Amino acid sequence: MAAAALFPGVYLYRRIVQAKLFIDGHYHEAINLDNIADEAFFSKFHFIRLFKNTYGKTPHQYLITVRVEQARLLLQKGKPVAEVCYTVGFDSVTSFSALFKKTIGQSPSAYRQREIKRSAEMQVSPLKFIPNCFAQEKGWLKNSNFQ
Amino acid sequence: MFCSALGNQTTKHMITKMNHVSIFVLDQDSAYEFYVNKLGFKVHTDASMGPGMRWLTVCPPEQPDLEISLMAIAEGMMFKKEAAAQMRSMVSQGTFGFGVFECNDLMATYEELKAKGVEFKKEPTKEFYGYEALFKDDSGNWFSLGEKER
Repeated sequence: MAAAALFPGVYLYRRIVQAKLFIDGHYHEAINLDNIADEAFFSKFHFIRLFKNTYGKTPHQYLITVRVEQARLLLQKGKPVAEVCYTVGFDSVTSFSALFKKTIGQSPSAYRQREIKRSAEMQVSPLKFIPNCFAQEKGWLKNSNFQ
Repeated sequence: MFCSALGNQTTKHMITKMNHVSIFVLDQDSAYEFYVNKLGFKVHTDASMGPGMRWLTVCPPEQPDLEISLMAIAEGMMFKKEAAAQMRSMVSQGTFGFGVFECNDLMATYEELKAKGVEFKKEPTKEFYGYEALFKDDSGNWFSLGEKER
């Protein structure tokens, strides 16, 4: 929205942003649209329309996005799939797995395995992940512990 | 040599894109908190190279092939002691503007970043080239923030 046409509806933006931040902070809870609309002091339908105009997603779509993104971060740390599912606020591993695969392009377990492998490789051979010119400039190529 | 086909012509490119860029920061832990938890960037690589040495890169969410290296200013091969002190001083004084970031909705992004405690040098204004705000990172580097044309 062209920088809110300089910016008569700033207060609307603040309320929509507060709603987004509410989702960011409570994604793992059983929140629903009414909670979120209440947080923004809007009627549900007005709220959904404004939120989508601002972020390109409905609040529900955004909530799913945040949960999947948080799941991705936990899977990177090697947390088990079922634990991740419930930690980020999903209540069914099946629907979590389907949403995750649709968004990330891999099942949670495949993603987890890939990230565990990448992380282990990064610890053993960090120079594979660094452009050679930077490593040389910093003197890291002289460190014989790494390859 | 990289080539791409344009119709039935073939164009040979020299430089085609940027995939790494460095931002000098005062503290990598604090920079991680700023770029990841405030700006919402994604960590690409976080590799320890030994005590006090860390390769940390982040990417803007919709630009996974551009790694921004958050480079600690520390005495070592890259900076001699005096140069490191000068560089730290210049960065913290806001000497360097490192680039222009783009968002979908400037007012919403501005309000969100302000709510997260990000310091703005300039509030959103309309310039002849579009809407723009200027913000600072936790070290003192500043960036322009513009709105994608819709």
